[in-house]
Amino acid sequence: MMQTWLLPEYIEDILPPEARRIESLRRRLLDLFHVHGYHQVIPPLLEYLPSLLTGTGHDMDLKTFKVVDQLSGRMMGLRADITPQAARIDAHLLNRRGVVRLCYAGSVLHALPDGMMQTREPLQIGAELFGHEGLESDIEIQQLMIKALGETGMNGVHLDIGHVGIFKALIEHGSVSTELEAELFLALQNKDVPALTELVQGLDEITRNAVLQLPQLYGSIEILGQARQHLPDYPEVHEALAELEAVAASLEGMVESIAFDLGELRGYHYHSGVVFAAYLPGQAHAVAKGGRYDEVGSIFGRARPATGFSMDLRVLCSALGPAAAAAGILAPYTEDASLYEKIEALRGQGEVVLVDLPGHENSQDELNCDRRLVKINEKWLIEKI
Amino acid sequence: MITIALSKGRIFEETTPLLAAAGIVPQEDPESSRKLILGTNREDVRLIIVRASDVPTYVQYGAADLGIAGKDVLHEHGGAGMYQPLDLQIAKCRMMVAVPQGFDYEGAVRQGARLRVATKYLQTAREHFAKKGVHVDLIKLYGSMELAPLVGLADAIVDLVSSGGTLKANNLVAVEEIMQISSRLVINQAALKLKHAQIQPLLDTFAACLKA
Repeated sequence: MMQTWLLPEYIEDILPPEARRIESLRRRLLDLFHVHGYHQVIPPLLEYLPSLLTGTGHDMDLKTFKVVDQLSGRMMGLRADITPQAARIDAHLLNRRGVVRLCYAGSVLHALPDGMMQTREPLQIGAELFGHEGLESDIEIQQLMIKALGETGMNGVHLDIGHVGIFKALIEHGSVSTELEAELFLALQNKDVPALTELVQGLDEITRNAVLQLPQLYGSIEILGQARQHLPDYPEVHEALAELEAVAASLEGMVESIAFDLGELRGYHYHSGVVFAAYLPGQAHAVAKGGRYDEVGSIFGRARPATGFSMDLRVLCSALGPAAAAAGILAPYTEDASLYEKIEALRGQGEVVLVDLPGHENSQDELNCDRRLVKINEKWLIEKI
Repeated sequence: MITIALSKGRIFEETTPLLAAAGIVPQEDPESSRKLILGTNREDVRLIIVRASDVPTYVQYGAADLGIAGKDVLHEHGGAGMYQPLDLQIAKCRMMVAVPQGFDYEGAVRQGARLRVATKYLQTAREHFAKKGVHVDLIKLYGSMELAPLVGLADAIVDLVSSGGTLKANNLVAVEEIMQISSRLVINQAALKLKHAQIQPLLDTFAACLKA
């Protein structure tokens, strides 16, 4: 018989006190986005499959749980990413001509986990900025991401910036076939130089040398100079390098360190400009990611420049180490009206006050209280347990 | 602190000169020591000794910053979450399909027969035969692959071949090469970014050694 308490693989409960900490961080982040003018949206948990798998959802097919809609007979997907939903809302529903700032927080589901120790139900939170194509919005969104990471109280954020425009330019000028492009992309993602060396054999010399340079071009600001020296003299390349330099200059001082990685092409299919990822010491994966994805909205009716970032609240909170619950105050169970007043006053100050229900005096230690209310000289006072 | 994951035996032996070039000398020999974490002459570098097939797992999750793993193991693992910038040209061999002497492999493949293949490398074998358009039933074994065709468990095996001695002793012949194998340096993605200043010199030294 199936054990009824068993959860599916890579699916877990969030228990106290972790749940409380995640919720508190979620609220603080949404408030942060709010005061920066980002409007919250709550898109549906599931919608028709094609809308989920376009644009930024391009690579999400295998990751998306699918169900048949019994009302329409059409295939629906459980969202594996909220970004395409935000893009749909901006392009089709809001129809504003100017800048639109949206934010969201919610569960997404992954049919396949990202890795062995990853959940299949990340709690995605993020912000997207639509309608502006200049560097200013790239900078705004990265500053917001850094502030959001600051809310967690963790220090030592390392920011990694790349630009998909460089690889795109090389592919275009070198007339590389789509198939080879996909293989090159994969090898570059892994900085797999041996595989890359094999793959570029058939390309013209300029493209070959340039592609082989990309996996070496990571590190601090000097590599931009190296890139100017070693990469071909295409206007797109110059533009991309200048953009990287400008973005880094405006974020200087907000993070522990900034590095560039010109071989980092995450989300290459839909990203179109600056891409970035944030790392925290002790974390084996990036904790927040984002980038520019212009043109994605065209599938929903309107091409709109866009940039944004998202992160997983579970990952962020697990980086903080084990959570501790706030200790409460234990109140006896009586009909005394003055006690009731005192309890309400304390709760109004944000204190946790528990009433000790009759019959459970032996399990008080499970209630996590470090103080109790006692009546001394007709007054309710707090004493340490 | 930089942690390097290595497996005992051939990979360890052939890596030692590379480490020495980077000024790293293990304080103990894993063959005689039972310790799993080995200190080195450098305070900021330690080695961990793990099974070859576990190296990618340690590196992927950041339990080790760097690792040295055969391409066979990496291909099987998929390589997610890590960079593999260097082919160290050590522990070289080939991943091959082998069949009993006298078995008409070409004929079986041409006919589209369903082959029973015994292997430790399920992913790699599956991919290889799918590319060829051959249906296979894969049988996962953990060792002594050569035995499987001899006792009728499988028609063919997929395994690493270096000298071919074991095949020969068991009346098997290698009929197809799947890929050349050598060891790769793998790096956890976050480690390369967060510990760039410490890791890059190691990378440069290894690369220079290989060129020389």
